[in-house]
Amino acid sequence: MSVRYLSCGDTAFTVEFGNEISPEINGRVMALHAAISLAREGGEIAGVVETVPTMRSLMVTYDPLATSRANLQPKVDALIARGLPADAVSRQVTVPCCYDDPEFAPDLAEVAERAKKTPEQVIEAHLASPFKVYVLGFMPGLAYVAGLDQSLFLPRRSQPRVRVPRSSVAIAMDMTTIYPFESPGGWHLIGRTPLWMFDKRREQPVFLSPGDSLTFERIDRENFDRIAGEVEAGTFDWSSLVKSK
Amino acid sequence: MIAGLKVVRAGLFDTLQDLGRTGFMALGMPTAGAMDRIGLGLANALAGNPANTAGLEIGVMGPDLLVEADSVHIALVGPLSPALIEGPDAAAKPLESDRSHLLKRGQILRVGMIEGSSTAYLAVAGGFDLPAFMGSLSTYSRAGIGGFDGRKLAAGDLLPLAQAAAAAGDERKLAQPFDYGSGPLRVVWGPQEDYFSDEGRRTFVECEYRVSKEADRMGIRFEGPTIAHAKSVDHGGADIISDGIAPGAIQVPGAGLPIVLLADRQTVGGYPKIATVASVDLPRLGRLLPGQTVRFAAITVEEAEALRRDQEARLQRAIAGFVAARPPGGIDLARLYEENLIDGVVFDQPWSATSKPSSAEGGTK
Repeated sequence: MSVRYLSCGDTAFTVEFGNEISPEINGRVMALHAAISLAREGGEIAGVVETVPTMRSLMVTYDPLATSRANLQPKVDALIARGLPADAVSRQVTVPCCYDDPEFAPDLAEVAERAKKTPEQVIEAHLASPFKVYVLGFMPGLAYVAGLDQSLFLPRRSQPRVRVPRSSVAIAMDMTTIYPFESPGGWHLIGRTPLWMFDKRREQPVFLSPGDSLTFERIDRENFDRIAGEVEAGTFDWSSLVKSK
Repeated sequence: MIAGLKVVRAGLFDTLQDLGRTGFMALGMPTAGAMDRIGLGLANALAGNPANTAGLEIGVMGPDLLVEADSVHIALVGPLSPALIEGPDAAAKPLESDRSHLLKRGQILRVGMIEGSSTAYLAVAGGFDLPAFMGSLSTYSRAGIGGFDGRKLAAGDLLPLAQAAAAAGDERKLAQPFDYGSGPLRVVWGPQEDYFSDEGRRTFVECEYRVSKEADRMGIRFEGPTIAHAKSVDHGGADIISDGIAPGAIQVPGAGLPIVLLADRQTVGGYPKIATVASVDLPRLGRLLPGQTVRFAAITVEEAEALRRDQEARLQRAIAGFVAARPPGGIDLARLYEENLIDGVVFDQPWSATSKPSSAEGGTK
């Protein structure tokens, strides 16, 4: 599979693996992201500032005072030629979610109706979906998570909400997401997690990373309130939710 | 008591910025950072700071700052109209830009308006005593992080200083204004120039564009002739699968008007980007004001890299060529006695303890 190199001025270029969204293409993106990181640590590549994975491409940013496009591109090419593993880095992340409170899930009934399911079946399909974090963007910590059960595919709401509460769990198209901040939003709200996707008090303020495998775990309102209290107080044990594969 | 600068009156949009929060774009974290890296760089150098020290980026109109420290060296860079210094028992007098100054407890620095630029910088020797967030002090106000409490300055804020009193040392100034360049803004085609028709690309480089009122740290919307996409925008001609956004990327949504994305830009986006402003010209973009007009001219990546290296060399020469600055309105008596008794006149001279003023340089700066 050949790649395209796209110019982004003299401080970046984008390595494009394809013009479609697929787990295979995203796997190669994530693998090059990891390979460049390793090559930097190993001193094989200098002058790279960071790499930005998206669903089908990797942007490589560099310091034009430390290196050049002509110097870097062959090194990236060599890493690709060496062979990229399909699934280089990944963590298995569990996100507790409360679906049972109408305040948390104002769109659950409508989603169920449009998907010709009961609300309970919508929840089951969401819990059973093999989710994967494809890309973070739009705002810090906002993850586009693909892998939604096909029976739940819906376009975005025709009337976006002006105010979506922080930590809302939402679906639209073939994806799910979790809002890191209160913000406007056009996705269907079907639950809420007590976790904060962005917590500036934590050493690693952003919880999800590109490449993470993700499953939701159903919790009731009582557990929601307990975890929410610990998250708010800064005493929650986040490591219990993350396993390295 | 904490040594600091107290905001007694807020400016329009003043934020602490260093050279940016790099390394976290993969987590959706914008880099933020100085809109005009040259202005911040000169201010830090004049204040004797390392290049990546956070300074105060002044947007259009600056704050009034009360000195609540024994003394502090500051540097002001940018076309201020001018700044004023007053108190505690003295009337206001102008404070020259593009140089360092020694301020004393109880004085009030009125930064005031910037003329002909949207951006100016104030650096303090030793920097501000504030915690870095994800490795940087750059303020990203949309997420409330970095800088002072994650936001622009407000009246009553006390900016803590890392040094409670100024170290001894002469003031220095920029020998001549830094040349940011003129003429068209240089751009490199791509990443999605193929999303535009030949005519669309010609329009982009042949026409003049005006900075609209929608211009801030995130980006600048331009007004002017619309740029034609290659395919109908009703059939996805202005949609891509989101990819990474580099500084200076010029996205063109369906309406056909270009938007240049700057320091606070989002990390990824789904509009096609016709071209990217070369890094040499990003500081010019960071100084543009609504109503100003620009043109774009295409160059290659290699040319852009070479221009950037040249600009960096000029910046380093400008820093090496700082001259000693006299206190306002008089000769520097201390230096007169220490260094220059024979001539009886203190000349501005290159910033070096060992070099002697030559007649060609003396007095002309």
